[in-house]
Amino acid sequence: MQQHEILLAGALFAFLLAIAVAVSRARNLFAAGMLTGIFSLVSAGLFTLLDAVDVAFTEAAVGAGISTIVVLGTLSLTGEHEGRPRRPLLPLLVTALTGAALVWGTLDMPGLGDPHAPIHNHVAPDYLSGTAAHIGIPNVVTAILASYRGFDTLGELVVIFTAGVGVLLLLGRGAEAR
Amino acid sequence: MSDSDSMQRWHLRMREKPVLRIVAKRFIPFVLLFALYVQFHGDYGPGGGFQAGVIFAAGLILYAMIFGREALEKVAPPRAVEIAAALGVLLYTGVGVATMLGGGNFLAYGALDSHDPMHGQHLGILLVEAGVGITVAAVMTAVYFCYAGRGAGE
Repeated sequence: MQQHEILLAGALFAFLLAIAVAVSRARNLFAAGMLTGIFSLVSAGLFTLLDAVDVAFTEAAVGAGISTIVVLGTLSLTGEHEGRPRRPLLPLLVTALTGAALVWGTLDMPGLGDPHAPIHNHVAPDYLSGTAAHIGIPNVVTAILASYRGFDTLGELVVIFTAGVGVLLLLGRGAEAR
Repeated sequence: MSDSDSMQRWHLRMREKPVLRIVAKRFIPFVLLFALYVQFHGDYGPGGGFQAGVIFAAGLILYAMIFGREALEKVAPPRAVEIAAALGVLLYTGVGVATMLGGGNFLAYGALDSHDPMHGQHLGILLVEAGVGITVAAVMTAVYFCYAGRGAGE
């Protein structure tokens, strides 16, 4: 990473931290929902910095877009204010432990952009050269997702479909179904 | 009961906000158009069916939140949305079956065009991405209908 990229990443992480603290302190759920949307948008900025534009796009569309809308829709049914939590220490402990475990898990990962990392030496070279030779579209991510890993993507799609069917079965089709 | 009351109050509040309504009305066509751009430009830049479907559904849901659930039901009837959710998966698997009929493996798009396998790949990717976009947009909209319909009939 270039020096200005490291500075930018540091600034974005500082933003993320500030937003996370603000979300946990907000008692107004509308504000908390909006802040989680902003959290997703800043994460999308971080993914862009890591050159993962497709992931960034998904994060922006799903995390900042539709999730915020679903939260707003839920708030229109429930209400905007949250009572004070009874035991704030227990969730804080669980979150801190989970976060520490995740950071611990990254310690033996290869460095960012390391060309000798296992991920860059397995099938990735085949995909990169094969996309131009056999598939002929510029976006390698789409080639992997839709063609090389087409069966996996079918699985993902069926997961989304099944989740939708589950919600429909549990919550019904609203007023007209009854 | 109280749910439908709060929902009605929400829409009454929305009716009193002309700026929000007019901005939404100007904005939603561009949201839908952008979703189509993301869908069909996925071969060349970032994007694809998943993102496009979510953006399209977000546009539809925004419409329902500002103008009411009934307004969206005129544009996208719930039954049609549910059928579309299944149609997307059918289109995806249908492409797989078509490649098998063409003599290839399941989802090996090269078999779609016996003269030019690369063209077959382009066609296959276009069709499965369309299937993904249709199902994702329909499932998101159907889930929204479920939430927005809660308590309305009691």
